[in-house]
Amino acid sequence: MKEFSVLNHDMVPEHILLTEDEIKKLLAKYRISKGHLPKIKTSDPVCKEINAKAGDVLKVVRDSMTAGKALSYRLVIEG
Amino acid sequence: MAKKDTVLALRKRGISSKMAQILCDAGFTLSKLEKASVEDLVKAGITSRNANLIMKNRIRPPTEKSKDMSSDLIDSKLRGLLLPTTITDELQRDLRRIKLTEVQLDKILQMVVDAYERAKVEPCEAVGIIAAQSIGEPGTQMTMRTFHYAGVAEISITLGLPRLIEILDARKVPSTPMMTIRLKDEIKSDRDKVRKLAWEIETTSLLDLGDLSIDLAEMQICIDLSEKPLLQRNISPEEVVERTIDELGVDVRLEGLKLIIHPEQPSYRELLQLVEKIRGMVLKGIEGIERIVIRKEDGEYVLYTEGSALKKILNCDGIDPTKVKTNNINEIADVLGIEAARNSIIYEAMETLREQGLEVDVRHIMLVADMMTCGGELKQIGRHGVAGEKSSVLSRAAFEVTVTHLLEAAIHGDVDELCGVTENVIVGQPIRLGTGDVEPIYKGG
Repeated sequence: MKEFSVLNHDMVPEHILLTEDEIKKLLAKYRISKGHLPKIKTSDPVCKEINAKAGDVLKVVRDSMTAGKALSYRLVIEG
Repeated sequence: MAKKDTVLALRKRGISSKMAQILCDAGFTLSKLEKASVEDLVKAGITSRNANLIMKNRIRPPTEKSKDMSSDLIDSKLRGLLLPTTITDELQRDLRRIKLTEVQLDKILQMVVDAYERAKVEPCEAVGIIAAQSIGEPGTQMTMRTFHYAGVAEISITLGLPRLIEILDARKVPSTPMMTIRLKDEIKSDRDKVRKLAWEIETTSLLDLGDLSIDLAEMQICIDLSEKPLLQRNISPEEVVERTIDELGVDVRLEGLKLIIHPEQPSYRELLQLVEKIRGMVLKGIEGIERIVIRKEDGEYVLYTEGSALKKILNCDGIDPTKVKTNNINEIADVLGIEAARNSIIYEAMETLREQGLEVDVRHIMLVADMMTCGGELKQIGRHGVAGEKSSVLSRAAFEVTVTHLLEAAIHGDVDELCGVTENVIVGQPIRLGTGDVEPIYKGG
């Protein structure tokens, strides 16, 4: 049987890799540097699945109980 | 569409018959008019004042068909606003039901935006303190009683205050690990198949299959296998013998349904150790799943397990892997990732509070969950996690183990920048919160 991909689990929100351009726009919008973003480790099962490298930024589309959909961002770090 | 119909449709939209006729003669149809600009209309021979009127009217058509068009307008207006999707969805649904002019629509939207902006947390608000109080106060009313047979028959789970503490402490293993397993469509309503699957998953040890007795005279262990469990768990006596020899590496004999096991050395100590080994041996099933309870919910069978083994369960046949749940948050972080762990913290904390009849706003829990997961791994709220990682020495010393922090800081020659709240309270300065966190900036010209 094919191994189950964690991305399909109900509790795992959608993770999207951002392009360099999108990262620049994001950082400019909030006037922050990459280090200010919440982190996610390269050893995280989702990171392994979508092949994220340290230094990448992920957009997380969460199902929020209050806002319906909420965007969040995480910086991929070694670990 | 014939010209006559177009004229009729335009007239229904409040455009005078003369104008409508002109527009039609110029080759305008409804869809073309939608995209047309004022200049296009002027070219068709309409005065600019009338053209403006037409532009306004074409979007508020009072007929049945026109309803879609006004909802298009609502959609496009909503898209331009920075509102959360729950609010825009509600607006979309409700605005469609009523007839509005564009001016009224704008007014309503403006009021919604104003109300939303007012409801937002203000900059420099001490959200952490508010979250702590909002969770802490109802927490005082929670029961100290640890166990409860909540909802799920026969499976006891830690609830109330001990469970809440467990969640916030990010314990490696909860005191009562538990899983909820939903099943694939093919088998979820077939009781026999579900039973069979449950036997496959549940750990089977030798003791589940029969009674164990120690024969001291012969220095041997006898296990009387019973037929029923053997049949239920779909395992033959020969298989049992084979597995036992593999696992323990000792001499095993089968006499009828009786299993006779000899220790390597005929000593009393060896014998007792062997009994312990037999107790812990897993013959079949998934290690960690100690017991399964099957319940029928809304016409489908659901498995509740005592013990948790998320990774192995996810790749089991017959279960619905997208809906498997466990109350072990650390396991979720390892198997499904940090975002799933964040969702799980929120879910578990809210459920624990709700079960006690306490209503805490989910935003407070979300803040806590965000703090616990923002570093990419689960951090507890406390000395070894969030509170222990503060950069300020005074702030850490004020929390727990004061002397250790001060001593360490003194040895290393640490500097406290006095940026936070606690340390400024200690030294008696205005704290950087609310109006204390804003400073005038001089832009020299």
